[in-house]
Amino acid sequence: MTKNIMIVGVGGQGSLLASKLLGHLLLSEGYDVKVSEVHGMSQRGGSVVTYVRFGEKVYSPIIDKGEADFIVSFEKLEAARYVQYLKEGGRIVVNTQEIDPMPVITGAASYPENLVDKMKALGIQVDDMDCLSLAEEAGSAKAVNIVLMGRLSKYFDIPVPKWQKAIKECVPAKFAEMNEKAFLLGRGE
Amino acid sequence: MRQLMLGNQAFARGLYEAGCAVVSSYPGTPSTEVTEEAAKYDEIYCEWAPNEKVAMETAFGASLAGKRSFCGMKHVGLNVAADPLFTCSYTGVNAGMVICVADDAGMHSSQNEQDSRHYAAAAKVPMLEPADSAEACEFVKRAYELSEEYDTPVIVKMCTRVAHSQSIVELGERLEKEPLAYEKNIAKYVMMPANAIRRHPFVEERTGKLAQYAESCAFNRVEMGETKLGIITSSTSYQYVKEVFGDQASILKLGMIYPLPEKLILDFAAKVDKLAIVEELDPIIEDHCKKLGLAVTGKEVLPMEGEYSQNLIAEKFGKKLPSYKSLEESLPGRPPVMCAGCPHRGLFYILSQNKCAVLGDIGCYTLGAVAPLNAMEMTLCMGASVSSIHGFNKALGEQSEGKTVAVIGDSTFMHSGMTGLANIAYNQSNSTVIILDNSITGMTGHQQNPTTGYNIKGDPAGKIDLESLCRAMGFARVTVVDPYDLAACDKVIKEELAAKEPSVIISRRPCALLKYVEHKPPIRAVQDKCVGCKSCMRLGCPAISMKNKKAVIDNTLCVGCGVCQQLCKFDALQPGEVQK
Repeated sequence: MTKNIMIVGVGGQGSLLASKLLGHLLLSEGYDVKVSEVHGMSQRGGSVVTYVRFGEKVYSPIIDKGEADFIVSFEKLEAARYVQYLKEGGRIVVNTQEIDPMPVITGAASYPENLVDKMKALGIQVDDMDCLSLAEEAGSAKAVNIVLMGRLSKYFDIPVPKWQKAIKECVPAKFAEMNEKAFLLGRGE
Repeated sequence: MRQLMLGNQAFARGLYEAGCAVVSSYPGTPSTEVTEEAAKYDEIYCEWAPNEKVAMETAFGASLAGKRSFCGMKHVGLNVAADPLFTCSYTGVNAGMVICVADDAGMHSSQNEQDSRHYAAAAKVPMLEPADSAEACEFVKRAYELSEEYDTPVIVKMCTRVAHSQSIVELGERLEKEPLAYEKNIAKYVMMPANAIRRHPFVEERTGKLAQYAESCAFNRVEMGETKLGIITSSTSYQYVKEVFGDQASILKLGMIYPLPEKLILDFAAKVDKLAIVEELDPIIEDHCKKLGLAVTGKEVLPMEGEYSQNLIAEKFGKKLPSYKSLEESLPGRPPVMCAGCPHRGLFYILSQNKCAVLGDIGCYTLGAVAPLNAMEMTLCMGASVSSIHGFNKALGEQSEGKTVAVIGDSTFMHSGMTGLANIAYNQSNSTVIILDNSITGMTGHQQNPTTGYNIKGDPAGKIDLESLCRAMGFARVTVVDPYDLAACDKVIKEELAAKEPSVIISRRPCALLKYVEHKPPIRAVQDKCVGCKSCMRLGCPAISMKNKKAVIDNTLCVGCGVCQQLCKFDALQPGEVQK
């Protein structure tokens, strides 16, 4: 059975590292893996989506509505935007940080309120956490992606040392210690 | 060794393993990484050419000289390179020559959604279409063999979902290929009428042979399952079909898209009760099947536009779709925007303030068209701003000359803005052209170009001086301005629009995302001084927002460019303090 993880966020937030890490880890676990990204506009503050799929044999590189086992979101509004992609019984792991999109900046729209509660009210399992603060606690605001991976790791049967090994192999050595801390803070350990 | 590779990275691996020696390309999403990844192999000479036509002719020259060569581009790039393509189909090659064209169904980062498969048929050049990274690597290697065996360039067609998806690739060794000898052959390589007339029959004969090859080649394969429904498909559509149907349908997967087989398709059709074609964009396989007299389901149920997906295929074939939950409220969109500190922003603000008609071009600065700047009338294709302003001003004369500008990036200008500028200089329209020189090819993710002074590897290279170039073309009025300096921009634009002769303004400031660009501390918004007039909001900077009717700065985004400060009449925006 193919498992689907959708990673969403705002261009420039570092979601590509998260998908790289997952791809690397799942490949080493012996799965067939596909990771799909969209480049081009990704650096310009737009909404970005990455799909990670793994299983015995994966065909489509993309995740469609109602298919995601997990949505990992770097930003609150982006989690809400892709709610329809979540499978019935799926889980959202969301960084509660708010980044205003241009329609909010220009005053054409306002940032929606209580999004996490609204998602929970639909019966969706939501892990909402202030990943930015946890990342800063670990040593860098840039470690939001690793904090999120730490939380996601709780729902996988893959032992922690394997996650940590994958992180070490995907990030520069000088950040290894900080990322290890970020990972554990994300797990809540 | 097994590795997870982006389709484009696997393509580059195929180039490496096939012994490709010369690569020349122009960047374009979603093709760019093929060449960027190829440049990481020391065994391959790689370069960014000024445009796709130059790239293809460079690759042709290398093939002629006896070394395996490559050029890569996005779908619209093939329009630019169509001229050499159609005739190198006639000359054929010496050493193998492979062309990558990457389509962008869904237009993630393109101005149209054209289907490049038409080019293969039009130029009578074989085209292969991989469906994942492993096939990309494998097809490229076989493409070189095909190129040399059939004496033809070979196109390997990618699309966004194959180019930008990672899947598993088994790595192989590089084939160290002895260069082929170059021999002068006027009849084959000098395409003047007397010779080209003799080459055309060769092309027809070659296509016939390739059509025979297509009947039994390994690129095309039948996967028999249940026989109530047979589906002919290719590329990423194959993956969606497998996802939806598994073994519940029989599949003919086509990896060679031109020429298409006949007997293989007829035999497959005979084994199934009903036949359907699943292909993104135009009905190319479908039309071929219809010519063979087959009744098929295709574009009457599947769309001609946009990308496909597993749910779309499932829905069109009456399969059950997964259920999901929805939020009731409508959420604000998050379109891409000019980055905080983008040097284009200040200039576009001044153009908007001066109510200029702006003829635009292809690059990050096309975002000048969106709110709140809304400062653009037109964007067509690479270089069109410079050529179009000439036509616009010739049509309207003084009515438009004093208030119309063309804007074009440095890389786009080198690609195909220069020829339009030559037309202005030659046929003398009173046009004002602004070159937005951010010292990089920005939109495609920072590639060097002929004006930056560096090559694809980041080593020092030739550097074309834009001011000298424009002056040499006959422009007496060439001015350089810093787009962070709004007063200076305003002054220059007013002066050049008023001038009674054509002029070039170079708006020069490196892209704020370049690693070597040093940023100032974030601007400080002094809440006591802010009156909430929203002057600063007119810039559309993602780092500024209004909270409780006061401007606030997002310190994680602001690079301290200071453009907003120049708009604040109340000193509420002040330079940030340097942190120790």
